[in-house]
Amino acid sequence: MNKVTFDQLQETLYHEVLPNGLQVYLLPKPGFNKTYATFTTKYGSIDNHFVPLNDKEKVRVPDGIAHFLEHKLFEDEEGDVFQLFSKQGASANAFTSFTRTAYLFSSTMNISENLETLLNFVQKPYFTEESVEKEKGIIEQEIKMYEDNPDWRNYFGLIASMYKNHPVKIDIAGTVDSIYKITKDSLYTCYETFYHPSNMVFFVVGNLEPDTTMELIRNNQAGKTFEEPQEIKRYFQDEPESVAEKIVTIPMNVHTGKCLVGFKDQKPDRQGEELLKHELSIQLLLEMMFGQSGENYQKLYEEGLIDDSFSFDYSGEQGFGFSVVGGDTDRPEELGKRIAGMVDDFIQKPIDELQMEGIRKKKIGYFLRALNSPEYIANQFTRYRFNDMDLFQVIPVLESLTSKDMTDAMKDHFLTNTQMSQCHVKPKG
Amino acid sequence: MEEKQFHEFSVGNLNVHFLPSTTYKTNTLLLHMRAPLEKETVTNRALLPFVLQSGTKEHPSRQEIRKALDDLYGATLNVDVSKKGEYHLMSFKMEVANEKYLADTNPLFEKGMELFASVLLSPKVENGEFDSTIMDGEKRTLKQKIASVYDDKMRYANKRLTEEMCEGEPFGLFVFGEEESISNVDGSSLYHYYQSAITNDNMDLYIIGDVQVDEMKKLVEKYFKGIQGENRSTDLLQVEQKQITSPKEIIEEQDVQQGKLHIGYRTNTTYEDDEYFALQVFNGIFGGFSHSKLFINVREKASLAYYAASRVESHKGLLIVMSGIESNKYEDTTKIINEQMEQMKSGNFTEDDLSQTKAVLKNQLLETMDVPRGFIELEYHNQLTTKKRQLSHWMEEIDKVTKEDIVQVAEKIQLDTVYFLKGKEETKDE
Repeated sequence: MNKVTFDQLQETLYHEVLPNGLQVYLLPKPGFNKTYATFTTKYGSIDNHFVPLNDKEKVRVPDGIAHFLEHKLFEDEEGDVFQLFSKQGASANAFTSFTRTAYLFSSTMNISENLETLLNFVQKPYFTEESVEKEKGIIEQEIKMYEDNPDWRNYFGLIASMYKNHPVKIDIAGTVDSIYKITKDSLYTCYETFYHPSNMVFFVVGNLEPDTTMELIRNNQAGKTFEEPQEIKRYFQDEPESVAEKIVTIPMNVHTGKCLVGFKDQKPDRQGEELLKHELSIQLLLEMMFGQSGENYQKLYEEGLIDDSFSFDYSGEQGFGFSVVGGDTDRPEELGKRIAGMVDDFIQKPIDELQMEGIRKKKIGYFLRALNSPEYIANQFTRYRFNDMDLFQVIPVLESLTSKDMTDAMKDHFLTNTQMSQCHVKPKG
Repeated sequence: MEEKQFHEFSVGNLNVHFLPSTTYKTNTLLLHMRAPLEKETVTNRALLPFVLQSGTKEHPSRQEIRKALDDLYGATLNVDVSKKGEYHLMSFKMEVANEKYLADTNPLFEKGMELFASVLLSPKVENGEFDSTIMDGEKRTLKQKIASVYDDKMRYANKRLTEEMCEGEPFGLFVFGEEESISNVDGSSLYHYYQSAITNDNMDLYIIGDVQVDEMKKLVEKYFKGIQGENRSTDLLQVEQKQITSPKEIIEEQDVQQGKLHIGYRTNTTYEDDEYFALQVFNGIFGGFSHSKLFINVREKASLAYYAASRVESHKGLLIVMSGIESNKYEDTTKIINEQMEQMKSGNFTEDDLSQTKAVLKNQLLETMDVPRGFIELEYHNQLTTKKRQLSHWMEEIDKVTKEDIVQVAEKIQLDTVYFLKGKEETKDE
């Protein structure tokens, strides 16, 4: 077992790669009651075109299948896994993102049993025709819940306006039509391909003893047999560098309008430290342009164009990357124009070093706060790991960023002519 | 399990609750200002915290305050209003990085506390009025916030259920106040209200941080000495229990994909009662978790919904069921929910259900303790009632609950209002 200590943060991380390829990480948090564990596969909504395990031909699977699989894995031959976790005093959950599916529990008791349960149910699929049919009604309601949610519609509307081909534009849960095409067999195909231990990370954080925890996981895995690890072949259609559509409007049954402005990365192939640097630079730039301590925010607020819902974020993975700015407004077009104008003004000026120092401190403080949260640590660490990045490099990289790094990122990313899309939600009728 | 205890002391009429802790990488300050929910003050209170966080004497704009926060390694300041039973709370929360984890020796916590206290005690005021630019901005934002509740159908349905169920009761007031009263508020009237609130509200300041007790006392005395010591009423509100003759049914139509079914019950049991823990266990078996009757029967067995859950309002004594369903499944779903309630009342659940629910409840409590905010919320219940309960007490009381206790609590639960927001027929093809 490897051990890495981060002196300034007073954290110690334990790590081991098991013979079957599973990567295990343990981070003890003294003073915490709970233990939080995630079991994550590098498989999400975008992985809809691939060569199945032990096969030669590539297949395309229905939209929303990764998420559907996430739901179905909770069913075991003996019944419902939720029940088992709650008998053991744990609360279990799962989520599917563009690139990952994560299964998790948190608990303050029966930790060994709960760890075993998590490892076992994820590694033991049990799908029947009947149970697959039954799930369709449930997921249909989940999809409809999101269809009524204007923030969700706005966000996915924006992504769909930026991307022409990339499957990041597809709703994670799929559509009502696409989920009805999912079968027991297609679920097994996806499961066999993407749930090999070598494509997965197991992370435990909180109240734990590293040696015995690692021993438990090691023994559990040694008791199971898996195929030899194989490289997974995933296919993505070529995506143009520039955005697909500049502006999209969604009429909805709402009282307040919404405006989101997105910037699409031109070459989203960064990984490792390069991606970390890019991501942190864009986040700092967004803070400098639109943070509450800046002039732009103050102006937009005083002009009545934004309220507390105004926010911004950057998401980047292999194959796609974009930033999003905006919020509720009764004048979506005007807010969109003002944001674009502010970006144009900002990128023509040199980086204000003093402002950059303030924002850098702010980001460091936010990161420290995030480390209070076992959920944040486990989920972000895993996301970073799948992109060859290291969560614990965030502070050193933040400290090392220069105004030149920022200028480069800015000139590459914030191009209003070709890389910018907008999505507006407007009250119907 | 070690019991973490807050140190209690007061500065003027500020009740301070301090927990020294090295568990977190940040230090937390949370102030609750509490007064009864009233039609006359509800809009003022919904506005006031947002005006206060928008300018102090030293930092006269929102931007200046945010700059000062950024300089403290991105300290966060959040304000909010909420309902706890028939109290209206204005809350101010700050989190600031513990300098121990930084290559910086600035006393961040003290500076954070200074800024926090100034937001509360030295607002930007001229000639007895809050700044008019700030007032205009915050009035507009509040209007937009009230309007946008309509856009989030789950919140909207919840608001409508509460209005219908608690019509004429203080609890029926909306936490953000009344849209039509906003234009009557100005910088002068709100400042007047501010002075009254700071004198008459019950104020509890919670601090969790990596500081010694003596040092903390000195800091609080230094920065909060402006809170003057009038005698505040510590009388607790008596909540009237409404008599229900027959349940209300409200059906509303809107252009939505999914119907929202929200059902309100009177529990006739509150935090004040010894049976409160039986009510918690009741809710756990009935609808609080993913092993509960509602989840199993509405979702897993009947595939009617993605979510079907219940929660308890501890101080007013309400139980709310929520589910998102097809509009034409209203009868099917309410039938199942009613059946599950009947099952609870007739004790139709197993010892396994009972022990499983207790385990999950106890786990949830312990997990809550890992989050500064959760710890404080549990502790704050004690300010609202005569019951002073520590974590260990919660754990013991949950363990003691029997099947008979649950049936007794269940028998007291009365259906009050069924609210259904349903879709219009013609919305099928968009």
